[in-house]
Amino acid sequence: MNPTRRWWLDPLFWSAGLLLALTFGMSHLGPLFHALFPEQERPLYEQASFPALVLAHVWIVGVSSAIAVILGCSAGLFVTRETGRDFRPLLETVVAIGQTFPPVAVLAVAVPLIGFGPAPALIALALYGLLPIVQSTIAGLESVPPPSLEAARGLGMSRRQLLWQVELPLALPVILAGVRTSVIINIGTAAIASTVGTPTLGSPIIVGLSGFNTAYIVEGALLVGLLAVVTDLAFERLMIRSQPWRLTPHNRPITSASPASAQMDRGRI
Amino acid sequence: MIQFEQVGKRFGDFVAVDNLSLRLADGEFTVLIGPSGSGKSTTLKMINRLVEHDQGRILFAGQEIRSFREEDLRRRMGYAIQSIGLFPHWTVAQNIATVPALLKWPKARVAARVEELLHLLGLPPAEFSRRYPHQLSGGQQQRVGVARALAADPEVLLMDEPFGALDPVTRSALQTEIARIHQVSGKAIVLVTHDIDEALLLADRIVMLDRGRVVQDGTPRQILLEPASDFVTSFVGRSEVGLKLLALDQVASRMRQDQHIEGPAITGTATLREALSALIANRTEQLPVVDEHGHTIGSIHVADLLDIAA
Amino acid sequence: MQAVHNRVLLLLWLLGAMAAWQWPLLTHAPNRLVTGVGMTLASCLTGWHVLILIPALLLGVASFVSPRPAREVVVLLACATWLAGLLAVGGDVARTLANTDSSYSRTSFGGGTWALWVLGWLAAADALGRLKLNPRDTVLVALAVLAPGVVLLFSGALAELSVLKEYANRQDVFDAALLRHLAIVAATLVPTLLIGVPLGVAAFRRAGLRGPLFSVLNIIQTIPSIALFGLLIAPLAALAAHVPLLGELGVSGIGVTPAVIALTLYSLLPMARSTTAGLEQVPAAVVEAARGMGLSRRQVFWQVEVPLALPVLLSGLRITTVQAIGLTTVAALIGAGGFGAIMFQGLLSSALDLVLLGAVPVIALAIAADAVFKLLVSLLGARGQ
Repeated sequence: MNPTRRWWLDPLFWSAGLLLALTFGMSHLGPLFHALFPEQERPLYEQASFPALVLAHVWIVGVSSAIAVILGCSAGLFVTRETGRDFRPLLETVVAIGQTFPPVAVLAVAVPLIGFGPAPALIALALYGLLPIVQSTIAGLESVPPPSLEAARGLGMSRRQLLWQVELPLALPVILAGVRTSVIINIGTAAIASTVGTPTLGSPIIVGLSGFNTAYIVEGALLVGLLAVVTDLAFERLMIRSQPWRLTPHNRPITSASPASAQMDRGRI
Repeated sequence: MIQFEQVGKRFGDFVAVDNLSLRLADGEFTVLIGPSGSGKSTTLKMINRLVEHDQGRILFAGQEIRSFREEDLRRRMGYAIQSIGLFPHWTVAQNIATVPALLKWPKARVAARVEELLHLLGLPPAEFSRRYPHQLSGGQQQRVGVARALAADPEVLLMDEPFGALDPVTRSALQTEIARIHQVSGKAIVLVTHDIDEALLLADRIVMLDRGRVVQDGTPRQILLEPASDFVTSFVGRSEVGLKLLALDQVASRMRQDQHIEGPAITGTATLREALSALIANRTEQLPVVDEHGHTIGSIHVADLLDIAA
Repeated sequence: MQAVHNRVLLLLWLLGAMAAWQWPLLTHAPNRLVTGVGMTLASCLTGWHVLILIPALLLGVASFVSPRPAREVVVLLACATWLAGLLAVGGDVARTLANTDSSYSRTSFGGGTWALWVLGWLAAADALGRLKLNPRDTVLVALAVLAPGVVLLFSGALAELSVLKEYANRQDVFDAALLRHLAIVAATLVPTLLIGVPLGVAAFRRAGLRGPLFSVLNIIQTIPSIALFGLLIAPLAALAAHVPLLGELGVSGIGVTPAVIALTLYSLLPMARSTTAGLEQVPAAVVEAARGMGLSRRQVFWQVEVPLALPVLLSGLRITTVQAIGLTTVAALIGAGGFGAIMFQGLLSSALDLVLLGAVPVIALAIAADAVFKLLVSLLGARGQ
């Protein structure tokens, strides 16, 4: 990432702009969709407004991710402290097995246990979203160089100061990589949550699939795809911002939670 | 300043330190030396409670160290380690300011102190203060590490093999540096090493440890001339004791001031060992001695070197 | 002296006690249309059912025993008994209720059973971890712990449980879904290997290619599957309409073809990245030594780099496979079939047993694939040492 890049060459700027334009302008594209899908009588999804769908989607992803971040970071933090060390192998087992579960199956299994509606979607998303965050929190805290920890203690930092001034800032880029993975997965799973009775950007797609209305599918898919890409690019930017000390010649910022990066790719829904 | 009274430390069944009694004086440069596993690092880390002793008492400024809050105790002691442990996400200036910031010094005072220390350690502030640790060489990193340890003007400086990972040239430069800092500041320094030459060069007092016990405690000269046991002799290097003795003194302390002779000169601040080397290399029995400006101030004769035990 | 020697096991046990107390073990309904009534653990413990408390008690006591291999073995045995016992009790209660009640009545596992099953499995995983076996033995012991439950599942003892009734009613559909699901995953892996591995090798050889390639693949990976499936419909349908040959070959907007195309697109990133990573982690000194001994570039590649990169490459294939098994579920939405079809049919018609009949096998398949590949990698690793 070149920090001197001009804004008009910035993919984040353009994709975010396109997302906003489509969110608020989709309803004016009736003629275009008529031309593209002449066989459809009503090629514009009208059961809910697109801004409302985007908002609902962002809300469910935001809330579930916030829960996942709070719980995931706390759990990762706990098992890397002296008191929680016993629980670390168990947590790592849960994370490893949990991540082999397809998120869509987790979403589906939540329904018989909890019922239809936003609640099972929220809980499934938060639970599944926890896993990469726990993993990256542990990996991030582990990546802090032990000599820096010894020096910090030897110079007289308290445990709290050590955590906030040394461990968390150094772990932050890796933790953010986990949050990024988690949020991107949740954006996709939330789209499918429309099948369990939660209105999201997946609603036009599902309605379009069951009603053979390709226009609806394209409208929903464009928006949810853009939302995911914009979020991913924004996270990339945030991660680079979070590690100014690596933005020097001969050094590369961390852009994925390596060495676990391969692990993080899985679980796309 | 620091006093050990019958201190012991075990790790499981392993006795790291056994019944250690020791008194480290104000302003003294003490070197703890011994082979690996001798308990020298453990002894050092017990002073700032990175390792808690489980027998006896350790006093700092007259009080048992456990009566201090851990952090307060450590902030009164500088700490530098072999692996340096600079904080990678902080600039050089921020790293040096660690303890002053913990002590909540005013910003201006912190900035002034950082600048002063960068000068002291030969790192021009304009060039270095805003760099990140990974942009420094190993030697520069350890200079910053030492500056960080000195930042809040600690009462004692604890150093755990601080130069062990450096190349010989850098190491010797930093040894000279720390000797100078000791002279200028008059601070008590406790340094752990396994390098006998480093100990002989820097120490006012050497405490030699083996398997958790003190085997000898004395000045470098005592260690060389009156080794307490065969262990000490072999640790020092049996065949090189004479040369090491020569290395303890400067030419100026033995030179003859009355004679002025011709030939390749040696400086008064060189060690007698260097003088011997120069005598042999020049196949001569005497050399002129000059001061730092190159003015002849006397001469050194090969016979003067034998006068060592005096 | 500490009294609690295994805080993990104790925590799991306490959570289990809470789950057993708070949540119904089973739910029972007079027919599949109405919501069931919960049955607590206590109400299920009649006759021999009381015996399942023995492993539960053993597990509770084990937390207070000092660590030694024997303790972990007892815990593992207790867990195996417990996992099978829970199923057996559920199956037996369901049979009793079916005999006394009408044959339309439905008995399903409640939240309590699921929770107790997961907790029991975690206790076993914890004990297994403490035994510190090699990876192969770990997998074998894990299978042994699960075996009694699996045997019970196929023995017919659980046949009166509602999920299995549903299975009995739709055995044909289920078997077809299984075959279709596996076929789609297999059909994805072939092009993934054929394209992904060469891309990874190319990225390894040319550092300049790496950035752009992985950026593009990462963007694809970012797009939610349902969106990618959706976006492929229109262009593929148009393609099939305008190029009849492709249409005859089965290309169309919906069905298996777009599913395989989308799944392959998703699989390229993990496959290519693990190929590059695998080749990168081959020690430079080994390659240099091989070249120094006179091996040609080609020989170095096939005899040194590929064998040493294989474990990382295989773990990329593992990630790809597990991911494809999950994504195939979503592909049911565009008519590709597989377990997703059963699952979504259940979700859209509020038939919860149907949801489980679709979702649980997918999870089981994913875990099984993961375990098989991990075992393969560990065997390769063992050979390498």
